Amino acid sequence: MIEVNQDKIKALKIQAEKIRRRVVEIVYSAKSGHIGGSLSSVDIETALYFHIMNIDPKNPTMENRDRFILSKGHSVEALYSVLSAAGFIEDKVLDTYGQLNSVLAGHPTRKVSGIELNSGALGHGLPVGVGMSMAAKMDKKPYHTFVLMGDGEQGEGSIYEAAMSASHYKLDNLVAIIDRNKLQISGKTEDVMSLEPMRERWESFGWDVIDVEGNDMEALVDAFESIQYGEGKPTLLIAHTTKGCGVSYMEKIPKWHHGVPNDTQYEQAIREINERIKRLNEE
Amino acid sequence: MMTTKDINAIPCRKMFTDTLLESAKQDRDIVAVTTDARGSVTLGAFANELPAQFVEMGIAEQNAVGVSAGLASAGKKVFVCGPACFYVARSLEQVKVDLAYSANPVKILGVSGGVSYGALGATHHSLHDIAVLRTFPGMHIVLPCDIYQTKRLVQELIDYPYPVYIRVGRNAVPNVYENENIEFKIGKANLLLDGNDLTIIGTGETVYHCLQAGKRLHEQGISARVIDMHTLKPFDREIVLKAAQETGRIITVEEHSIYGGLGSAVAEIVSQSIPVPMRILGIPDENAITGTSQQIFKHYGIESEGIFAAALAMCK
Repeated sequence: MIEVNQDKIKALKIQAEKIRRRVVEIVYSAKSGHIGGSLSSVDIETALYFHIMNIDPKNPTMENRDRFILSKGHSVEALYSVLSAAGFIEDKVLDTYGQLNSVLAGHPTRKVSGIELNSGALGHGLPVGVGMSMAAKMDKKPYHTFVLMGDGEQGEGSIYEAAMSASHYKLDNLVAIIDRNKLQISGKTEDVMSLEPMRERWESFGWDVIDVEGNDMEALVDAFESIQYGEGKPTLLIAHTTKGCGVSYMEKIPKWHHGVPNDTQYEQAIREINERIKRLNEE
Repeated sequence: MMTTKDINAIPCRKMFTDTLLESAKQDRDIVAVTTDARGSVTLGAFANELPAQFVEMGIAEQNAVGVSAGLASAGKKVFVCGPACFYVARSLEQVKVDLAYSANPVKILGVSGGVSYGALGATHHSLHDIAVLRTFPGMHIVLPCDIYQTKRLVQELIDYPYPVYIRVGRNAVPNVYENENIEFKIGKANLLLDGNDLTIIGTGETVYHCLQAGKRLHEQGISARVIDMHTLKPFDREIVLKAAQETGRIITVEEHSIYGGLGSAVAEIVSQSIPVPMRILGIPDENAITGTSQQIFKHYGIESEGIFAAALAMCK
């Protein structure tokens, strides 16, 4: 395993907290959004966009860019905030989220720089990611494709068609990630439709599976850097996360799947995040 | 009646894949995707000769369409091919979101469309495809009527920058055109026979029958105009408005539900601009009877005899 510079990890943690703060701001301002699943996935997307992926916001369609697909498209507030922080979209555009005819719809679209697929209907990202990975193999291109799925999304059958085909075609340039926050809109995933044993199911489909603490930046960076590209198998990261991560009163509460904070709640959320940023800076 | 010169032995699906194979030998970015349907699509030669450009997805249409979108977004010229009935039902959401909404210019070749699989029942009929796909912004729809038009269509499709659904039948059909040196442009209908008493508009396999009926009507002193509306979207409004203006009566003929297809498209245009009497011939709102496609065409009056009779009745 590669030793990652602790300063880099600290910078990534601060970046993630700033993005978290932006997520809370735009959901509060728009009075809508899927805040719980956005907050659980912030650290994953921060690790990818600020450390792992080969991307260039000045050249968003660069031929050999790594591809990212947000298959759980409803968590778009995290993606928009990440794209803004990474320089794909202007910060003032991010402020239009939720306004009439904003380019930033409630689910991702390719109208937005850096977005590869219009998503929002679940179970679509992995098949498209398989196609992108297959094209890279055909053309011997070096890029990797990352697909972030929700855990509730795992009910969609098309995912398993794609999982089968990814191992059949030995797409070792494909990485799927499940944001395993264990909650979906109606409650606990295991009550709605049990998903376990998740690891064994994916292994039986021929995937390499890595369990990782999905809100722990150092663990995420280690996990992404440990992926064995070129070994003939696609990789799944089961990112064990907390829904609503980083805002105490939202964590693990199903109603924050798409809740909107009131004025007091908003101030508390921002205060909690600011305190963490301050602590991180002082470390 | 069908004459011997009209008959050929090659189904449109075979002409499609033969033409595609020839193009794919010159263009390495052309990729054919299928779902355990290389036999029914006639992709066997493509798979054997260009294995690196052929992708077998197994029986998984949703995945096949999603994978096709991913391949196209990475620059491949993708033709996803299989029975029409499955691509426009099982994988409809992938067509809507991954192709039309996401603007991935994948070409869907739906073979054995309409009632081609007549005896197999409603699971295998695709009589809703035009109606559904017309409502997807960005989706284009073409039903070629014979092998020559199919060949020209494939040549146009290779670099066509939009997603397109193409429906062809299973069996060889009589030729409408004399050779492949014909005018063909997606979105621009062809005038096959001129006339001023009424207009008959067909699409896909009904076009031949419209033309036969039109010729018989001329022999009876009725000046029928016949139009080959190969493209259902984008729709050639001008030729329809001109027909309404100049002939005053329109019959549409389609191997499709009478709801939402060619007839509806024509009615939407004329009713709001130049209202004229219309007859919409197609499959009524019922599960189509089973039989050969010729028998089913005859049963519902969408072959030359039925069209001729409907036209006579309309001109009385």
